[in-house]
Amino acid sequence: MNKSKLLAVALFVCAASAGFSQKINGAGATFPYPIYSKWFSEYSAQHSGVEINYQAIGSGGGIRQVTSGTVDFGASDGPMTDEQLKASKVKIIHIPTVLGAVVPIYNLPGVSTELKFSPDVLADIYLGKIGNWSDARIAKDNPGVKLPNTDIVVVHRSDGSGTTYIFTDYLSKVSNDWKNSVGRNSAVPWPKGIGGKGNEAVAGMVRQMPGGIGYVELIYALQNKIAFGYIKNAAGNWVKGSVDGVTEAAASVKQMPADYRVSITNAPGANAYPISSFTWLLIPTPAPNSANGKVIKDFLGWMLDHGQSETAALYYAPLPKSVSDKVRGTINQLQ
Amino acid sequence: MTGPPIVPPPSPEPSRAGAETAAPSEVRKFLLERGSSALSDRAFRWVMLISALSIFAIVALIAWELVARSQLTISKFGLQFFFKSAWDPVSGDFGALPFIYGTLASSLVALVIAVPLAIGLAIFLTEMCPKFLRGPLAFLTELLAAIPSVVYGLWAVFVLVPLLREHVNPLLMKTLGWTGFFAGPNYGIGILAAGVILAIMILPIISSLTREVMTAVPHMQREAVLALGATRWEMIRMGVLRNARIGIVGSIILGLGRALGETMAVTMVIGNRPEIVKSLLGLGYSMASVIANEFSEASDDLYLSALIEIGLALFIVTIIVNAIARLLVWAVTRGAPPRVA
Repeated sequence: MNKSKLLAVALFVCAASAGFSQKINGAGATFPYPIYSKWFSEYSAQHSGVEINYQAIGSGGGIRQVTSGTVDFGASDGPMTDEQLKASKVKIIHIPTVLGAVVPIYNLPGVSTELKFSPDVLADIYLGKIGNWSDARIAKDNPGVKLPNTDIVVVHRSDGSGTTYIFTDYLSKVSNDWKNSVGRNSAVPWPKGIGGKGNEAVAGMVRQMPGGIGYVELIYALQNKIAFGYIKNAAGNWVKGSVDGVTEAAASVKQMPADYRVSITNAPGANAYPISSFTWLLIPTPAPNSANGKVIKDFLGWMLDHGQSETAALYYAPLPKSVSDKVRGTINQLQ
Repeated sequence: MTGPPIVPPPSPEPSRAGAETAAPSEVRKFLLERGSSALSDRAFRWVMLISALSIFAIVALIAWELVARSQLTISKFGLQFFFKSAWDPVSGDFGALPFIYGTLASSLVALVIAVPLAIGLAIFLTEMCPKFLRGPLAFLTELLAAIPSVVYGLWAVFVLVPLLREHVNPLLMKTLGWTGFFAGPNYGIGILAAGVILAIMILPIISSLTREVMTAVPHMQREAVLALGATRWEMIRMGVLRNARIGIVGSIILGLGRALGETMAVTMVIGNRPEIVKSLLGLGYSMASVIANEFSEASDDLYLSALIEIGLALFIVTIIVNAIARLLVWAVTRGAPPRVA
């Protein structure tokens, strides 16, 4: 008797201390998770009574959950397809939040200079057409570098990921062979190579294997101080992955579609880094729960005013001004 | 049970539990005081029956869910799904064969390595081990079973794979390369690496269960064989292993079950390439790995359905492998007279 009374009191206290906080649930992409969780916790700290939960379950899961209405918002590294939008129960608005990029990494003992890759060479390495580091086409991109006679060991992601989507989207744009025989997706039928789970496994395998080449997120390479190569962009300049180069790629997109579902790989800007992409929040409109919808709308405004300035510390590229101005207009139309 | 007793409790008999005799035992006292047992007995029987039946329900539910959620690929590819090698999420063409092959091949390698080691370890521990070593050795083997698989995977990536690549694989290629099972290129990772790490993971399961079974063989068996003039090895072979063989096969089946379903450690070293190559040094992919790798990002319905059907394939393969193992046990033990081998 005494025990159950105690329990009841304890439960009551717990319930009371939890208060009447408004809980908002989101789910989706893992790539922007570090910056999202920072944003959500700061926003909650500044707005008492609001709690935003974000589950990084992957873009595919995020799309499924938001279209079936089980979460208040979703997140994805790749834009939803037309069929997915059509099949959705609710109307979904894409809101770009930050940008990410993919960089090539390699392991060539004896080569200390940073290597350069023109787009067709990179595609042909991944297609298996270039199998040795001493290939004349690699040498042509890297005059003066003494390339060893080592077989190329191709490493790619084995888990479905936005990183793979961006990388294969880029290769599809720069190589017709790639587009026709492999294509773009979060996972593709790789013509060649070893699969590693996650950025860390790809980086680990490349580091272990002499002659290895792989691709990882720019953020991962910067945080872990991994050396990576140059890519020739659409304007013909050699560029190295950097936060500024990524933002410039987004700014140089000539016609930003109204729904922001745009691929910015191989962007035309002079210093644009070509293997870049937006990542999006997927907002249902009108919101199934209008009180939560209001908070999400307010959060998105906060994200543009305050959130964008915090991206650099975590190596995410912020939206260029042209895009953020446009996004503000879209947010105002949310219901 | 706290329900009202159906039959009034029998009154205790004071004459039997007199002060001059010993006090009634705890059990007797409880039985005398508890009242009727009819309800609790019946409830107990039902609870046990439900527990037993729930196994059927769970298995049926799993099978039903897997079939229901993979309808798209079942109707599109039919049985062909299990015999096709394509895995193309871009154009939507799926087949399970390379994954089935990778799972079976890596598990087989694991068994080939682990079974002799595990049985040898069990024999040593039960029959020959000095007392002071028995405790620590048994403890260490069981410790192996408690290590999380991701730790095994990390160890494999950083220690086992370089070891295989630099020392073991070149040797295998030189000596056994002619068989075709150990042909290059030598990446270090691949089916062999996955098999070796699986072997280490299932070793404690097989060896500790085998040890239990061997300990359960009555001592009289050993003494009888020794009395007939057998050497120690003959005694172990004829007196212990023969009597324990059903239990040993059972432990191997449990180990195999773990190997078939292991996900994380295999993903980290198998190479994740949906291909069927004869060489064990080649890259492969397993069913559990592809589900773990691709499930979270599979947004398109057909793709998701294909991944769930891979789960169904894993379920079916596990059932078939278990059935074969049971048949084997049955064939071996059917009315076998005591023989020397």
